[in-house]
Amino acid sequence: MADPIGTAGSGENVTGEAEPGGRKECDVLIIGGGPGGYVCGIRAGQLGLRVIVVDGQPLGGTCLNVGCIPSKAVIHAAGEYEMVKAMASTPLMGISVDNPSVDLAATRAWKDSIVARLNHGVGALLNRVGAEVLVGWATLIDGKTARVHLIDPGGGEAGSAESGGGEAGSAESGGGPDTVTVSAEHVVIATGSVPVELPNLPFGGDVLSSTEALDLDEVPERLAVVGGGYIGMELGLAMAKFGSQVTVVEALDRVLATYDKRLTTPVTRTLPSLGGTVLTKTKALAMTSDGLLVEGPDGQQTVPADKVLVTVGRRPQTAGWGLENVALTMDGPFLAVDNRCRTSMRDVWAVGDVTGEPMLAHRAMKQGEVVAEAIAGMPSAFDAVAIPAIVFTDPEIVTVGLAPDEAARQAEALGTRVVEGRFSLAANGRTMTIEPTEPPDHKPGSAVDAGFVRVVARADNHLVLGIQAVGSDVAELSAAFGLAIETGARLEDIAGTIHAHPTIGEGLAEASMAALGHAIHG
Amino acid sequence: MAKQTINVPDVGEGVAEVEIVSWTVGVGDSVTRLSTVAEVMTDKATVEVPAPMDGIITELGGAVGDVLTVGSPLFVMRGQGDVDDDGETGIDGASGVEAEPVISPPPPDGITLRPHSTGETPSTESPRPAPASITSAPATQPPPPPTPPRRRQEGERPLATPAVRARARELGADLRQISGTGPAGRITHDDLDRFVQSPPSTMPAAVGGTPMAARTPNASIEEKPVVGLRRRIAERMVAATTTIPHITYVDEVDITALEDLRHQLNRESRDQPRAHDRPHLTVLPFLVRALTNVIPDFPHLNAHMIEADRGGEREVAGAGTDTLRIVGGVHVGIATQTDNGLIVPVLRHAEAHTVWSAAAAIAELSEATRTGRAKPQDLTGSTISITSLGPLGGIVTTPVINKPEVAIVGVNKIVIRPVWIDGEFVPRKMMNLSSSFDHRVVDGWDAANFVQAIRTQLEQPALLFIDRYEPDADAPSPVLGQEDDRG
Repeated sequence: MADPIGTAGSGENVTGEAEPGGRKECDVLIIGGGPGGYVCGIRAGQLGLRVIVVDGQPLGGTCLNVGCIPSKAVIHAAGEYEMVKAMASTPLMGISVDNPSVDLAATRAWKDSIVARLNHGVGALLNRVGAEVLVGWATLIDGKTARVHLIDPGGGEAGSAESGGGEAGSAESGGGPDTVTVSAEHVVIATGSVPVELPNLPFGGDVLSSTEALDLDEVPERLAVVGGGYIGMELGLAMAKFGSQVTVVEALDRVLATYDKRLTTPVTRTLPSLGGTVLTKTKALAMTSDGLLVEGPDGQQTVPADKVLVTVGRRPQTAGWGLENVALTMDGPFLAVDNRCRTSMRDVWAVGDVTGEPMLAHRAMKQGEVVAEAIAGMPSAFDAVAIPAIVFTDPEIVTVGLAPDEAARQAEALGTRVVEGRFSLAANGRTMTIEPTEPPDHKPGSAVDAGFVRVVARADNHLVLGIQAVGSDVAELSAAFGLAIETGARLEDIAGTIHAHPTIGEGLAEASMAALGHAIHG
Repeated sequence: MAKQTINVPDVGEGVAEVEIVSWTVGVGDSVTRLSTVAEVMTDKATVEVPAPMDGIITELGGAVGDVLTVGSPLFVMRGQGDVDDDGETGIDGASGVEAEPVISPPPPDGITLRPHSTGETPSTESPRPAPASITSAPATQPPPPPTPPRRRQEGERPLATPAVRARARELGADLRQISGTGPAGRITHDDLDRFVQSPPSTMPAAVGGTPMAARTPNASIEEKPVVGLRRRIAERMVAATTTIPHITYVDEVDITALEDLRHQLNRESRDQPRAHDRPHLTVLPFLVRALTNVIPDFPHLNAHMIEADRGGEREVAGAGTDTLRIVGGVHVGIATQTDNGLIVPVLRHAEAHTVWSAAAAIAELSEATRTGRAKPQDLTGSTISITSLGPLGGIVTTPVINKPEVAIVGVNKIVIRPVWIDGEFVPRKMMNLSSSFDHRVVDGWDAANFVQAIRTQLEQPALLFIDRYEPDADAPSPVLGQEDDRG
């Protein structure tokens, strides 16, 4: 996997106390500098623990380097480009544009600058609390010791011109020892996850993982996306907006199958409107000279494709760091942890994607915080009621808490049922002001196309169990949704809260009122 | 509106000020005539101040611990019916059926609190949905009491905000064991506080929980003002221990013979009809008897140490010279535990009591003290004290002298111990006496001899009843005559 950039941030945090010959001691050794690892490092540093974070890649992990952040940058750029393209054909909001074009290499450079800034920021945060960063790959020898193979940040391929990274890392540069043995009271495994590779479509060449898809310099004319999960849909839609002819190949009967159908319907209409196609119940077989050979309900066919993006999921990174030397108890493919993120070995902890679903950065961050506090002797635990999830498609999807069917199941088990309130964003003033056109097949009262906010609550005491939304710019509502559920709000609490006008967030209050039977605008 | 101010009553005994010990009501509470409103305390007695009429308390004259002079306002109340005089009572009689017209909040001073007007009662036709009952709706209604905690079902996750969850973890409290009074059964910070202060007495066996859950650290702190009797005890203890150099002397007493005698007498009282009205005998009256027998040989132990005025002492003797006031009568203070604390009622002129009369008087005094009926004269003027914890007596105590006395005798518990007598161990009933003396006026030698004298009396109980040898007294003493009268 390509290391996109060598960064200043990682180099600056090496405090350079490695003895020649390479031994270091610390309270907390964190393997992996992603969201779980670096948050753990910062919190542990705040709590006065001596911390060493080891990562062979720039700080921030998948999320910051090849995941959440760069993908959102690319998705945003694609959305803007699509808008001006639309304006070029038909003026929108009174604006017309001539001959818009996109230089994907420049888009990439813009994205990389964001990533670099954040890499640097993470490094600075760790530095500020006195945490040390070792650039290299760690292998656990036992539950208290790791051997770290250092990557020389001052030289080699990573030492690019933009980094200036040699300044503080010079202790190791120029022929220093290339391994360090680190002894730690506590070890935190934060090794994350990697894209799943299909045996018949190994990564490389024209077969891309999400990582490579974010580093394209040119828009592929034809792109096949294997796997219609959230990563495939996000990137597939972005590429379609950049002008690629996108075909999504999904083995199940619909895309975004982990979300309920009502929520995903608005999203499924977007790709066709951009000239793309979704093939469901279809399996990818192999790359051919013409494109991607697939097999669906109607037999085999070749999907025309110059590139194939494989997004069939991610798997925990359980290899390459010495798991075999510590023999931790597993939970399926994941490391088994309890609610304080303890593994089966004393003082060995694990956070983030390597510990299970949902593989989301914010879950890892909270776990990292919990572990640091637990190591410091605080009674912290990972006891979240809900972990929000967002799909940055067009429109966006937010879910927090229980989906309607799961909520109904749980309520029934408790001898009650659920009530549901939905508010169509077609009736939301703010949504209208940001949508340049009326949804093509909008019918008054239709809840579907402009999206909606939906609240699911217990019928007996109105405790809110789940909130979902689909619509433009609804991702930011996740904060309100999460707060409501985490604090145990009832429908009346949300309905009784004044929501600013005009905002999309009004939809939350309206949906709650709808569930109570008295929506104002719904 | 008729308000009545109730002043601090004159409790007699020339007391000029009282201390508020407790309020049984608060502002806005309704009281019935003669129900207790306050407890005030004088030097020695606690007095309950009742309400003179049915009504509502509108003002309290001070906080617990405040000292008020006799005659100053103690509390203000107004009658129950006064409000209705300004309202609609008698027009339709409706107010009569309204439950609890006023409870709280209290009206601001001088403003009449009106009961809900009849126009707002739900009995009038109204387009709105009818309120549930006549007692609902009025604006003056107190906030509803917390709804009874909703029972969570098994497996249902306790509902609590992240802050409450974090605090529960810090306190080691298991949220699954806590009932929530918040919306939808949410566990509030208050619920958590309540649980931590008084976890349920019967902890359910942790269902699927950690075995640790049954024992939780208690982080509660309660601050109580040291007032009333407790304050007085505290002051006296400080005064006694800071001014008196105590010497404590402990010796053991073989009271097997005395116990045999005592049991014999108590058995008779129980078994013989003619002895039924005799008081039950404890060790105390015998000890009192021993004291009165030996004190003539140690007169300066039955005394008051009057300190010269060096600032603060109440009893003043000559300029700068302390005085030892040796008292002829033996007034025995008997330290008694009450619900409020230690009180020392006084058996006056113990030297004039028989064992029987002393037993009866002690029982009566203790009872009066425990129930708060002791009169001031029952609680003052002791010249020497006895302290006993009964069966709790322990092996050794270090009694604190009841100032201004100079001696106190502590009784420890009676235990059967093997004692080496005539070449063998024999079981004997043994009791320790732990006695403290004011070392300014009592030397260790005297102290030891005094205790030995008591010991001798108790070990050979016949001595208790042997007349003191008076070489120049031919005639029976008046004291003996007195005893005969009483016997």
